[in-house]
Amino acid sequence: MAGEIDRTNTTGLTRRSFLVGTVGASVLMAFGVPGLRGVGHAVSSPEALAAKNFAPTVWFEINEQGKVLINIAKAEMGQHVGTALARVITEELGASWDDVSIKHVDADSKWGFMITGGSWSVFKSFTSLSQAGAAGRMALVEAGAQLLGKSSKACDAMESKVVCGEQSITFAEIIQKAKLDRSFSDEELAALPLKPAKQRRLVGKSSQAIDIPAKTNGSARFGIDVDIPGMVYARPIIPPTRYGSTVTTVDDAAARKIPGYIGYQILKDPSETLQGWVSVVADNYASAMKAADVVTVEYKAGPTAHVNEEDIQAEGERLTKDRTAGFLLIDDGNVDQARGKATTKLEAQYRTSSVLHFQMEPVNAAAELKDNIWHIHTGCQSPTVILPIVAKSLGVSEDNIRLHQYLLGGGFGRRLFGDYIIPAALTAQAIAKPVKMIFTRPDDARFDCVRSPSVQQFHASLDEKGDLRGVEHAVTAGWPTASMLPGFLIDSLDKKGKIDPFSSSGADHWYSLPNHRVRMINNDLAQRTFLPGYLRAVGPGWIGWGVESFIDEVAVAANKDPLAFRLQLLDGKGKNAGKSPESVGGAKRLAKVLNVLKQQADWGKLLPENEGMGIATAFGQERTMPTWVACVAHVHVDKQSGTVTVKKLNVTVDCGTVVHPDGALAQMEGSTLWGLSLALHEGTHIEQGQVAANNLHTYTPLRMVDVPDLDIQFIESEEFPVGLGEPGLIVVAPAIANAIYAAVGVRVRDLPIRSEAILQGIEG
Amino acid sequence: MISFTLNGKKVSTTVLPDTPLLWVIRDEFDLKGTKFGCGIEMCGACTVHIDGVAQRTCSLPISNVANTTITTIEGLNDSHPLQKAWIDEQVPQCGYCQSGQIMQAATLLSENSRPTDEDINAHMMGNLCRCMAYIRIKKAIKRAGASMPRTVDERPASDVNAAKEVS
Repeated sequence: MAGEIDRTNTTGLTRRSFLVGTVGASVLMAFGVPGLRGVGHAVSSPEALAAKNFAPTVWFEINEQGKVLINIAKAEMGQHVGTALARVITEELGASWDDVSIKHVDADSKWGFMITGGSWSVFKSFTSLSQAGAAGRMALVEAGAQLLGKSSKACDAMESKVVCGEQSITFAEIIQKAKLDRSFSDEELAALPLKPAKQRRLVGKSSQAIDIPAKTNGSARFGIDVDIPGMVYARPIIPPTRYGSTVTTVDDAAARKIPGYIGYQILKDPSETLQGWVSVVADNYASAMKAADVVTVEYKAGPTAHVNEEDIQAEGERLTKDRTAGFLLIDDGNVDQARGKATTKLEAQYRTSSVLHFQMEPVNAAAELKDNIWHIHTGCQSPTVILPIVAKSLGVSEDNIRLHQYLLGGGFGRRLFGDYIIPAALTAQAIAKPVKMIFTRPDDARFDCVRSPSVQQFHASLDEKGDLRGVEHAVTAGWPTASMLPGFLIDSLDKKGKIDPFSSSGADHWYSLPNHRVRMINNDLAQRTFLPGYLRAVGPGWIGWGVESFIDEVAVAANKDPLAFRLQLLDGKGKNAGKSPESVGGAKRLAKVLNVLKQQADWGKLLPENEGMGIATAFGQERTMPTWVACVAHVHVDKQSGTVTVKKLNVTVDCGTVVHPDGALAQMEGSTLWGLSLALHEGTHIEQGQVAANNLHTYTPLRMVDVPDLDIQFIESEEFPVGLGEPGLIVVAPAIANAIYAAVGVRVRDLPIRSEAILQGIEG
Repeated sequence: MISFTLNGKKVSTTVLPDTPLLWVIRDEFDLKGTKFGCGIEMCGACTVHIDGVAQRTCSLPISNVANTTITTIEGLNDSHPLQKAWIDEQVPQCGYCQSGQIMQAATLLSENSRPTDEDINAHMMGNLCRCMAYIRIKKAIKRAGASMPRTVDERPASDVNAAKEVS
């Protein structure tokens, strides 16, 4: 999938070298550009490094005690990303893991592209991190060998030492005694020998995550924990619509009776991210909360103030049924011909409703102007995306903004868009004081970029043998990328328009179909009513619901076992053969996952009445980065109440090389339970232009008591490592729906699955 | 002025009597481990011990805690078996809810160091973990409990009888 920003070049530099150089008492190692400072002057690696003329993506240093500090340009939101990335570097560097620590770097426009999301972190950087570690090792081995009077060819690095036969010298001694000055071109990096999988000591081996101890004693610092001397506290008042509201009057008479209340601001935002916002300021947060409740704001509400979820879904249904709407993603063979020849035709509509992120830490940010620099303190997944917008809001240059990164009390895609920074910054600017703005939970929900409701329409054509000859598939939803990252929209297949790749993933599945047409349609009413958000798994989260449920319907219509039917379609032929390195094996790897899962789940075993097993597969986030996953759900359905009890979830995953096994399992556990939560426990709707549920009394994510028996198995693999934060989420809901069908013969087509829908199906 | 004991120290505050305890702990006494989540006592991120009982602080007026003894996550001093178990089981993901989870779990183990799954579910159901680290939370509670002396109620009947005879 191509975006306008080249995501594979994560350094953001076009001409790069890996530099190793002594700076002060330490050795710095980073991707940088030597020779840039001053025209025509060759600059040494130490000089370039000392001038911070490097990219932050791979950037580490070793001090004279031999301690390695690895800087991480990714946001930590529970995925232990620093641990995973640091272990890849340390593996090749030959340092002892005990000597390694990590630091999350602040964002600065000069660092280039900084986004944490899409389960990309390990996938996008594995090669460059490995090469960087190997280059560092090479430089240390050369310096160590020279100090020992040996040939570097006879030496190697391990456990923070350079070892030459019987003799050795520690990294610490090398750093103290030698002046390192080395650079490696791209070609030289590519030629460096990397460890074969069998010799790895860290990658793929068990370890503890570096960020965990601080999260057990209260010392971990999240954005909400920031204190700035002299700061005041703010809470926003969210307008009735996302767009187009204007404030007409504000009455703060009641607030003025609250001790600590300072005043309110009507925010003027040149970036137009905020429209019709008021912020309330006090000298403590409790007073700001109370005051915002009693400040009365009158609005001229925006045009979507009366839009309800039914309106958005009705528009979605209209669009999917209009065969001229939207743009093509796939058009293989000739679906019309397949339709004409079909002996059996099947048609179905699948829908999902609005979903909140509900990350535990409500969004917040602190802002301070100091020495002409705006300091923003917050947790954010995508500094690159939001900094230009913040600059526009404040009317300053991006160079005058520093984003100080903190731990994220949950990301899940909410913090991919840092729009919550803007009201904090504008309030600080308006009152000329440092401000910490915290959204209450209802504020957070009302300002959430929800997962858009979606509608999908499917049409299948089967021949007389029950073989699936063609599928026509139309998908519509609000598109996050259209509003937040328009540069990432891609051309449709016929170049007639732009589509959102992240809202299309999942429709380009690995089942081989001779005739296959997919249309992607933006739901304009959704787009105008709220800001559609990236929510963990994004498009595959709703598209997988339709694809994997519908394929089950087709299997039933063809009178075939749903697992065997899928295996037949996963032939790995043509475009589904896969590509080296990331999708090597293609659909055959998903077929292998299915075969393993078949044993693991004891698929086909006899079950008591009203129980059933259902299966679903997924390939993670993107065709170009497939994580092969399948799930069998075992459920019981109470026919009197329509209540679904999930007895067990069996999940099998092939994600290539597992870099941090325990972290990988944790991500799979979390994402699988997210999938269950979205299937049965969550969901809200748009009501009068806003989300109806805004706190835990009406929005009810899964609790401990709802956790079923869970068995997650990883397939051993030495293939290229791919992302893990999201794939588990995709398979659970369709697996449950298919199990419900197997148990009681009721096909549910709306997500979340509600007992009323099942009862309705039972009663016919 | 309202006085109470906070992590072993006598403290007092002059904030308004209806100020929720959470903000006093966080912003006046700078103990940031106790978190703000939902504000309506339904997520558990703000849980502390008040006179040994796990309580939510986001809606609890400071006037209600006069002369009580309060312990926050920082007051466990890295020495509670749950904190070690949380690391051993690699429980936290984002970590935001974990102070509350640990404080809630601690009052279960102080009464019952060998809880069953059902005991744990019943005691922990008010604590939301959005990363859904529930499986590990449960394992860690059991691990920590197993490292603690058996609580009296949990002793087999014969042990209890033996204890009675001695006294």
